[in-house]
Amino acid sequence: MTSVSPFMNSVNRRLFLRRTTQGVGIVALASLLNSGQLQSASQPGVLTTLPLTQRAKRVIWLTMAGGPSQLETFDHKPKLAELNGQPMPESFTAGQQLAQLQGQKLVCLGPQFPFTKAGDHQAEISTLFPHIASVAEDICIVRSMTTEAINHDPAHMFMNTGSQIAGRPSMGAWVTYGLGSEAEDLPGFVVLVSTGPGRSPQPIAARQWSSGLLPSRFQGVQLRSKGDPVLYLTNPAGISRDQQQVDVQAINSLNRLQDQLVHDPEIATRIAQYEMAFQMQSSVPDLMDVRGETASTLESYGCQPGDGSFASNCLLARRLAERGVRFIQLYHRDWDHHSLLREELPLRAKEVDQGCAALIRDLKQRGMFEETLIVWSGEFGRTPMMQGNKGPIGRDHHNKAMSMWLAGGGIRGGLVYGATDDLGYAAVENVCTVHDLHATMLHQLGIRHEAFSIKFQGLDVRLTGVENAQVIKGILS
Amino acid sequence: MTMRRLFLVVLGCAAASVSAAEPIAEKTIDFNRDVQPILSNNCFFCHGPDANHREADLRLDVRDEAVGGEAIVPGKPEVSHLVNRIMSTDPDEQMPPPESNKHLTDREKQILKQWIAEGAEYQEHWSYVAPVKAEIPAGQNGVDVLIQQRHKSLGLEFSPQADRRVLIRRLYSDLLGLPPTPEEVQAFVDDQSPDAYAKLVERLLASPHYGERMAIGWLDVVRYADTIGYHSDTPRNVWPYRDWVIRSFNENKPFDRFTLEQIAGDLLPDADQETKVGSAFNRLLLSTEEGGAQAKDYESRMLTDRVRAIGTVWLGQTTGCAQCHDHKFDPISTRDFYALGAFFADIQEPILGRREDGMLVTTPEEQAKLAALDATLAETRGKFNAILPQLQAAQNQWEEDVVRAGTAIFEELAEGSQASAGDKKTAEQIFALVKKADKDRNSRERDQIQSYFRSKVCSQHKEEQAALAKAEQERKAYYDTLAKCLVSISSSNPRTVRILPRGNWMDESGEVMQPALPHYLPQPETDGRKLTRLDLAQWLVSRENPLTARTVMNRLWKQFFGIGLSKVLDDLGAQGEPPVNGPLLDWLACEFMDSGWDFKHMVRTIVMSQAYQQSSIASAELLAADPQNRECARQSAFRVDAELVRDNALAVSGLLVNRIGGPSVKPYQPEGYWENLNFPVRTYVADSGENQYRRGLYTWWQRSFLHPSMLAFDAPSREECAAERNRSNIPQQALVLLNDPTYVESARALATRILNEGPAATPERIQWVWNQVLQRNARPEEVQIVEQLLTQHAKTYQQAPESAAALLGVGGAPVDEQLDKAELATWTHVARVLLNLHETVTRS
Repeated sequence: MTSVSPFMNSVNRRLFLRRTTQGVGIVALASLLNSGQLQSASQPGVLTTLPLTQRAKRVIWLTMAGGPSQLETFDHKPKLAELNGQPMPESFTAGQQLAQLQGQKLVCLGPQFPFTKAGDHQAEISTLFPHIASVAEDICIVRSMTTEAINHDPAHMFMNTGSQIAGRPSMGAWVTYGLGSEAEDLPGFVVLVSTGPGRSPQPIAARQWSSGLLPSRFQGVQLRSKGDPVLYLTNPAGISRDQQQVDVQAINSLNRLQDQLVHDPEIATRIAQYEMAFQMQSSVPDLMDVRGETASTLESYGCQPGDGSFASNCLLARRLAERGVRFIQLYHRDWDHHSLLREELPLRAKEVDQGCAALIRDLKQRGMFEETLIVWSGEFGRTPMMQGNKGPIGRDHHNKAMSMWLAGGGIRGGLVYGATDDLGYAAVENVCTVHDLHATMLHQLGIRHEAFSIKFQGLDVRLTGVENAQVIKGILS
Repeated sequence: MTMRRLFLVVLGCAAASVSAAEPIAEKTIDFNRDVQPILSNNCFFCHGPDANHREADLRLDVRDEAVGGEAIVPGKPEVSHLVNRIMSTDPDEQMPPPESNKHLTDREKQILKQWIAEGAEYQEHWSYVAPVKAEIPAGQNGVDVLIQQRHKSLGLEFSPQADRRVLIRRLYSDLLGLPPTPEEVQAFVDDQSPDAYAKLVERLLASPHYGERMAIGWLDVVRYADTIGYHSDTPRNVWPYRDWVIRSFNENKPFDRFTLEQIAGDLLPDADQETKVGSAFNRLLLSTEEGGAQAKDYESRMLTDRVRAIGTVWLGQTTGCAQCHDHKFDPISTRDFYALGAFFADIQEPILGRREDGMLVTTPEEQAKLAALDATLAETRGKFNAILPQLQAAQNQWEEDVVRAGTAIFEELAEGSQASAGDKKTAEQIFALVKKADKDRNSRERDQIQSYFRSKVCSQHKEEQAALAKAEQERKAYYDTLAKCLVSISSSNPRTVRILPRGNWMDESGEVMQPALPHYLPQPETDGRKLTRLDLAQWLVSRENPLTARTVMNRLWKQFFGIGLSKVLDDLGAQGEPPVNGPLLDWLACEFMDSGWDFKHMVRTIVMSQAYQQSSIASAELLAADPQNRECARQSAFRVDAELVRDNALAVSGLLVNRIGGPSVKPYQPEGYWENLNFPVRTYVADSGENQYRRGLYTWWQRSFLHPSMLAFDAPSREECAAERNRSNIPQQALVLLNDPTYVESARALATRILNEGPAATPERIQWVWNQVLQRNARPEEVQIVEQLLTQHAKTYQQAPESAAALLGVGGAPVDEQLDKAELATWTHVARVLLNLHETVTRS
């Protein structure tokens, strides 16, 4: 028994015939009454018509957790090199919020690695990323991103949910809530986490992929490289797949009998969920089993099956995309270089560089690149000032400037957007906020961010907050 | 239009935002019910209480202002600007403006027009007005009278009473969170006395498990958890507070006292250990140990966290908005917000970093034992101190010898010494230190020398030294076993609280705020003295406060009917929902206060009502008319809370250890689930023995990685106050019930019970287990399905005994070796199927 369901496929609409709280049900009901526009979604979302052209059907978000330095990656600052070891001019830093450098003597730290010029547009990219440089024509580097938070946990929360208060839905939850998912037997929002070997990376809380105030079915499901890929996916010892099927069929038969007596719509949903769970028990292992990939594909990503590496997760991201998963978020941990910047940053760069470029090429080859929005970012940037109080030199957290890149999904490749000042301290040209980023991502998915809200505690809660977030039009193709 | 028809129309509009214009001429407009929600939703964002965000200098939340600007001309919709603007199709004129993404339906426009035509009367917002208690005829239950009053006007009536088996199952679930045994069910079914049900209610209210059941919702709303929340999400000591909550419900502590102890248990005139443990409430917020975190940042986070908590737990107000700007819909201002925060400025706590161990929470026996150990310690220390001068003199002598004789005096460094490299190194270090002049040594170095001398050199007074070390060690070992709890301790030097402009903690230009109560609610007499947390607590539960009793009763209602009377449990403000049955919510609130805030009285009142005892099976017509059961013309069926899913499986399988209270416990959890936690890296070690089989509410509550089977069933992470839980129905729930070792082991234990305690024949066994789990007999079609199931699995396990052994090996409970493995494994499947049924996890 592999991919064909032994059960009637009743998952689709029934998923939405359920009691929900806090007003979500109203929209869900509306979608039920006139679904048809978004035919393809097999788990439909609440948005039945999209006000905007959908340039991206899905998102792959590559999160570099810990906050990579923009100054060693995508924002070259020769002037900072000149001032290396000199005091940081006070005009930049007076009265500003710092993390571990608060109250310390501030000294400039020049870029620690050379940059190269890539693509027709001669974008400056660190030599640590030769593979990403090789796809420079396909990506849009944004050098003027800013954020509001300066510690890891709140900054991740802000980047994922648009709020620093716990309990808001993450972007993946928002998007699957709005658009549903085309995946028949996989969750619509999937998370993969990888860690480089060695050090002790910053923690990441499950709230980063929580559905928050949205119903739990929109929460991100973590696919793990060790143990059960999805929690509780494997049958108990001593129970074969056939036996599992016998039990699930018995459960559903008994539930159907009960439904005939009490007419509770939740029972139909329960039956559909058991079908879905049973399906996932084979579809997830199928997904994770990359042995069918060609040797050249594996080689292009530079991964071994089952190694749990970032590159492996990039390959899985492509496989998830092929299966219709709406929102795929990869975390690669350990970018928090307060110290050992020179020693550790090249290792992280090497761990992600090839996989990123391979993912772009692979999607292009399969004709999926243009409909997939790829985002590469940390949760904040790092200071142009040196941090020396934690061992070999590094850089502190920084929220006034960070670099990121986007690709596919209607983003203009071969572009560098925005700029920081001479020392890379603050974004000064085309300054963007996290809310702008969210607005732009939603825009590419066909959603007007201002009109995409849910009622919570009496408020129209939006991913993009109450301030006027702007779609970053300058990076769209 | 018949009444029935009207009911359908009204409900239809509420449920699905039907946009077709419906004639509404048959009823008069009620401002709070009909108009205010429209204005609040569509207009107040720009024309409401927030002065900094007011357009055209027009506010519509105050009648004089709305009328003064001729936006509203009472009685004359045709000349009211408001009407012209909402009816306009010109995008420049139209209100709400198209870019606001707000849109009035034709029906809403009609309501506004009709309201203005009828004189545009405003009412004060319903929840800010003191509740009025309806007259209830003597001997009748207010719940029934007031529901039936609405039913009368809607053409509804109560459904028949539920079957007794359903009723006792429902009552056990709602009051204890545990299933009744078949014997208890049978006794109730057979009890023909008129007060059979009342006796059952009283018995359950007196059960010690009642407190556990009631605690679940309270622990959600106060965000009780075992870890700090942010970043490293490390443990902290608060579990005695959880037990205090359970105890408070069991003792039926009046809710006003319950409130006082939580907010100001340390400030009460009769403060004692118990009330101080209650004051742990103030410490339940999130905190961080992240390096590089700024104290001012987290000071602000903690203040806002506490204000939001007061808003959610007691006031049913969403205060959070006012952190940055005056509330756009409710009258709460930024001043109100920070003034509320100032009540907590006296709480002693580290803003950043590790929480302290907390107050010792001891029984009198433990107290006595600790005192005895302290006395022993004091005595041995006294003896030791007596010999101290001699010891010091000996050390001085030795130090002089060292300086004179050099390294030769150290045994470790002598020729041919067998000492380890480490010991040699230590000796060398000590030698270097001793050579230093005493004034050049720091205290650590002095300690090093002293410790070396006493342990390695000095042969005198060994006994006194050993006695002291032993006494110290014994005292510490015992102290470490004692319960501790973070509590509120008031500092005489409170933090300065300023209004943070736009919520920005770096901006220190804001006005300094003193504790004060929200300006828009009734104020107590305070003679201008500085208010304390005790004042805040007393005000929250004062008779004049219109919000607290309503908020608490609205939440309680949800526990028994599945949805609040006002469905937005944490917002009784303008953007919430006016209660579907306002007189009923008011009556409950008044009755609650009149009874002396008697929780059990209110629970009893609700469960004794006819409304509560109805069947939950709805006719298709009723289901369509009132899908959410707002009108209580039936009971509701809903999936039970995460904790109770677990409790039920453990209870029916006989595994449950129903001991009350104690440190949190660790059920089986998938390996590696905590791999993304750090500082420090943690390995989850599941409890063995009795603690593996405790009720769900004792589960270790790791905020950033809540136990995955709890999470699957919508238990909140408790990072924020959660007034209600989602009630989702997702595939992960199926995976948990099918594959989580807890449920596999429960199925095996239940199967063991079937074979050991049940009858011998298969059909009777099926009946027996059906009664254990579902409290009813199996129907013939069900028996047939189970018999097929048995046949299929029996065949498999007879052919593959090793599979049977593998299945029985899941979980730590011992396997009954007397039973045939294949048979036990086969029946394990029956039990497993039963534990997975929708009916099993549903309270109906």
